[in-house]
Amino acid sequence: MMINLHGYGPRLLDGALLTAELAVLSLLLALVIGLLVATAKLTRSGPLRAMGTLYTTVIRGVPDLVMMMLMVYGGQILMNMAVDHVNALIGTNAFIEFNPFAAGVVTLGIIYGAYMSETFRGAFLAVDSGQIEAARAYGMSGWLTFRRVRFPLMMRHALPGLNNNWMVLLKSTALVSIIGLSDMVHVADQATKATHRPFLFMVPVGLGYLAMTAISELIVRYLKRTFDVGFDGRQA
Amino acid sequence: MEQWLAHTLPFLSNNDIFTPDTLAQYWGGLVVTVQLVFLSLLMGIVLAVPLAVGRASRQAWISRSIWFYTYVFRGTPLLIQLYVIYYAFTYVPGVREAGFGAFIDNATYPALLSFTLNTAAYTTEIFYGAIRATPSGELEAARAYGMSTFTAYRRVVLPSAFRRALPAYGNEVIFMLHASAIASAVTLTDLTGAAYYVYSRFYSPFPAFIFVACVYMVLSFAIQGTFRLLEKRMLRHLKPA
Repeated sequence: MMINLHGYGPRLLDGALLTAELAVLSLLLALVIGLLVATAKLTRSGPLRAMGTLYTTVIRGVPDLVMMMLMVYGGQILMNMAVDHVNALIGTNAFIEFNPFAAGVVTLGIIYGAYMSETFRGAFLAVDSGQIEAARAYGMSGWLTFRRVRFPLMMRHALPGLNNNWMVLLKSTALVSIIGLSDMVHVADQATKATHRPFLFMVPVGLGYLAMTAISELIVRYLKRTFDVGFDGRQA
Repeated sequence: MEQWLAHTLPFLSNNDIFTPDTLAQYWGGLVVTVQLVFLSLLMGIVLAVPLAVGRASRQAWISRSIWFYTYVFRGTPLLIQLYVIYYAFTYVPGVREAGFGAFIDNATYPALLSFTLNTAAYTTEIFYGAIRATPSGELEAARAYGMSTFTAYRRVVLPSAFRRALPAYGNEVIFMLHASAIASAVTLTDLTGAAYYVYSRFYSPFPAFIFVACVYMVLSFAIQGTFRLLEKRMLRHLKPA
């Protein structure tokens, strides 16, 4: 079966690639932020905990799209101001082009970092404290305990929640098409406006998202097996 | 305090962003957003209750086809669903002749339709999960009283399922409020659309978007608080003594 994509085929593929890159990079950033913020929330330090709570509360109250517009349109102005300031300070005439892709990654990373931090926090709390005591008794340092015991045990509890957040993140990447990045939704939008064929481009893009979900499900299944090692499935 | 006022007053008196004109824009946007979200949630529930019952049906073809619907609508971005429906009404010939002229002239209708179908899919799965979690003893008791399946659903299964679904449904309401921001992508001036208008007119992203973010935050907290109260009232029997 051949469908006539009116020459938009290669651009759609490029768009799909951009969607995938954006999603994976934002996921990595969100995981890092999530881990850091979860750790901050679990410390005994009051200010750190308050900052973590403020961060998640604000992010959960604001739509992704508003956040993205603020970061992209506002980021542009802030960066120009910062560069001008530096130029005036050291007498140069530099110009840094604002990168909307990077802004998209950072925005999605910050938004989903908040959701990830909640998942991680719950998962850290679910780790049996006896395991950590045992690690300490073996003389492991804090970092070694984290790497060898707390992190792998925590991941078993966190995986379902992380998977959920990742699915929402993947679909949220579609929003970058509104702020002008050429992801697959943006390409399909332009192609539809040019050819007046509403289903020809949107349906394949929808299938593209379903395909990405299916691939990530395979990966999650593999990860689940990895982190379930040592548990026979009967334990909750 | 006086020093602080001396710093802030110039901003307030010379501000050309929060004028009556732009505040009216924001108010109009708020009305559009609330209408869109409220109507689509209402129609979404009306659709989702029978769909959830069907999803729990033992008839494989009913349950499978409803699963397929929720799978597609939950697996793809709402933005795509909005675009498909919006462009379908705009570009498929014969829509106006078939009596759907309003759908072409006013983007509210395609937006409502896509939001409704989307939230109905999520709500169906939430309700379905709650129905499946019905303790089998409750069903047996209903049966022992001689209730028909319909009566058992009406009197026993659905009331207890709605209560169990309440926390997840509260999240869905907030999700829908936030997702409705994309209405601005199809020419509607909702809250986000109003903020974009103010931004593009004054080229000042920070006041425009931070203000609207605060409005969304207040709305989200109001919804969250309402659901907390509802949960407290309706799930009282589940509270540990």
